[in-house]
Amino acid sequence: MYQYNEDDQTLIEERVAQFRRQTERFLKGEISDDQFRALRLMNGVYIQTHAPMLRIAGPYGLLASRQFRKLAHIARKYDKGYCHFTTRQNIQFNWPQLEKIPDILEELASVQMHAIQTSGNCLRNTTSDHLAGVCKDEIEDPRPYCEIIRQWTTLHPEFAYLPRKFKIAVSGALLDRAATQFHDIGLHLVKNDAGETGFQVLVGGGLGRTPIIGQIIRPYLEKKHLLSYLEAIVRIYNLYGRRDNKYKARIKILVKETGLEEFTRLVENEWQLIKDNLELSPDRINAIKAQFTPPAYDSTSAEDTSFAQRQLENQAFATWVKHNTVDHRVPGYRIVFLSLKAQDSPPGDMTDTQLDAVADLADQYSYGQIRSTHRQNLVFADVKQADLFSLWQKLETLKLATPNIGTVTDMICCPGLDFCSLANAGSIGIAKEINEALDNMDYIHDIGDVKINMSGCMNGCAHQSVGHIGILGVDKKGAEWYQLTLGGSSENEAAIGERLGPAVAKDQVTKAVTTILDVYIKQRLDDESFLDTVKRVGITPFREEVYADN
Amino acid sequence: MQIIKDKQIIDDNWSYVSDDEELRAGNISVSLARWKKDKQQLLHHDGKLGVRLEPSDSIDEIAEDLKEIELIELNFPAFTDGRAFSHAWLLRSRHHYTGEIRATGHYMLDQLFYLSRVGINAFKFEKSEELPVALSTLDDFTVSYQKSIN
Ligand code: HEM
Ligand code: SF4
Repeated sequence: MYQYNEDDQTLIEERVAQFRRQTERFLKGEISDDQFRALRLMNGVYIQTHAPMLRIAGPYGLLASRQFRKLAHIARKYDKGYCHFTTRQNIQFNWPQLEKIPDILEELASVQMHAIQTSGNCLRNTTSDHLAGVCKDEIEDPRPYCEIIRQWTTLHPEFAYLPRKFKIAVSGALLDRAATQFHDIGLHLVKNDAGETGFQVLVGGGLGRTPIIGQIIRPYLEKKHLLSYLEAIVRIYNLYGRRDNKYKARIKILVKETGLEEFTRLVENEWQLIKDNLELSPDRINAIKAQFTPPAYDSTSAEDTSFAQRQLENQAFATWVKHNTVDHRVPGYRIVFLSLKAQDSPPGDMTDTQLDAVADLADQYSYGQIRSTHRQNLVFADVKQADLFSLWQKLETLKLATPNIGTVTDMICCPGLDFCSLANAGSIGIAKEINEALDNMDYIHDIGDVKINMSGCMNGCAHQSVGHIGILGVDKKGAEWYQLTLGGSSENEAAIGERLGPAVAKDQVTKAVTTILDVYIKQRLDDESFLDTVKRVGITPFREEVYADN
Repeated sequence: MQIIKDKQIIDDNWSYVSDDEELRAGNISVSLARWKKDKQQLLHHDGKLGVRLEPSDSIDEIAEDLKEIELIELNFPAFTDGRAFSHAWLLRSRHHYTGEIRATGHYMLDQLFYLSRVGINAFKFEKSEELPVALSTLDDFTVSYQKSIN
């Protein structure tokens, strides 16, 4: 993975010092609340219901074991012993004290981590495929380009006060696991007719209040032009994006109001004027690529026979292998998901003990690297099949082996009313209730791939609009109600979920979800997936059952 | 009134002429609307000329006249309005403008570093006691990832 050079290190240290001075000036009353708000947000600091919240960047989801140990230490020393993995591969602490945040940032800088631009109206952390570099359907590893973009976005002087936040995602595989169609800019590594790789560029996607699927602005962009093209898009956005209404300020609204054709013309014109001055040289690309070379895989690992044997002997292990591991491009290795969706803990949360233990396991089994996924789980990318059984046993004791990856209980869930001052309704409690109602693993596995996404308000932090089942907290005369949608997807065939009907009361949500699943089981043909069934039969059969009593 | 220019605290020797005021001798700045309206008269003005731009103004409107203009003020109605950052960049790198570009209005001193990186070389503040702190922020970073103007 990418290792900082001297300049990278200097930059994050100088950033910590700068924020320390700003915090001191704020505490002395020399910076107004409004001004400090903008400054702290660009350093990852929100002020929430109980305390400030600190969001730390997980650059394209890739972290090292020593960085996990640092997170564990911060959780213990500055927080209440846990942290939260977000849908944009970042890490959040819910209980730090404002005065201590510069110290936390300094600790992070000592392990090449930071919180720069993890919130605020600026260029945010770039996200990517959590299976980058190891999956079988990859055209090219997207991470070197993510790192090039990370550097370009970091402290970009022209684009720190954009109309609204700006998010970029990069995918290098056939299957889009990075929700690139729902980002301000989505980049897909593709091959052109000549067999060269470059980028397909999408623009104007987004979730939140107005979910919109991104559109192709350029079908093929040569790699050397990556940064100039991004710069052209962001400059046009900075100049013309709406600043009069924060709900209409995202680039998706500019693209919609200007029209894709005119928007494209503006961007292409701008790009023509800058492209020759901002080329990425092959040397630069290769130097970054060299930091993502694959580990020295053991070529004999496929000869192992214990893995097959263990699965025959131990049903629980076999079930876990089936649901929580996937094929690796190198024979004899598998990719392992660590489920952060155990029944009794909030989705995406980890304790300090778990963080430390995972760091040790990563060192032992997966070259000391850990990835976070946009569905709020973790990945060990390079585990030998012969090691899976002992790894599984250890993960079991840590409660990180719930065999539910990609199933109904692998929910995405925002902090909701428990932590968030914007929430209309709770979400963690509902997740828990659904989990308790669905405690039969065989049933869960029979249902298969169903993605439930639940947000406590319209801001849609948990991407409810692209959940196969989306649950959105709404406020009805001070009471918590929930709007359900069906059929959303953030993968290749991107779709925004359709409303099932009127919002339901809090005590009816779990029943509505189980009813939806029952209807699916009744309606499905052979091994048809939930999403395919919804597409085929439409929403009516589900609506009729859920609202049958009304 | 003092300002920061080229990393020095100096006296401001420009005066602001509003749209309903008579032109006067000396170094004066006028709005873009005034510039367009009274351009012929202004070109014979005794003293240097400056033009004030709002974020909603387009740089293209003065692109032809840049050699006549020795000061461009970029006004911030609010510090969150980042259009001036792109305007400064465009003036310097696309139009090769070499005169003074000055930030005015409601921006904050914590923005100085970025402002100077996009080519703004002069800064006016309502509270001149902030000038020394503002000046010191220009040294916040010794490294950066992007090519800059300064
Ligand atoms: C508790 C504190 C939180 C607050 C106050 C908060 C606030 C917001 C707001 C206001 C938006 C909408 C921005 C817009 O539409 O432009 C937003 C979007 C978002 N939030 Fe949060 N959020 C919080 C926690 C989280 C957490 C824990 C996650 C991860 C699980 C998260 C993930 C996201 C994502 C991915 C979006 C982007 C949706 C999009 O692309 O438009 N947020 N958040
Ligand atoms: S979706 Fe709403 S309630 Fe949930 S974290 Fe985001 S802002 Fe808060």
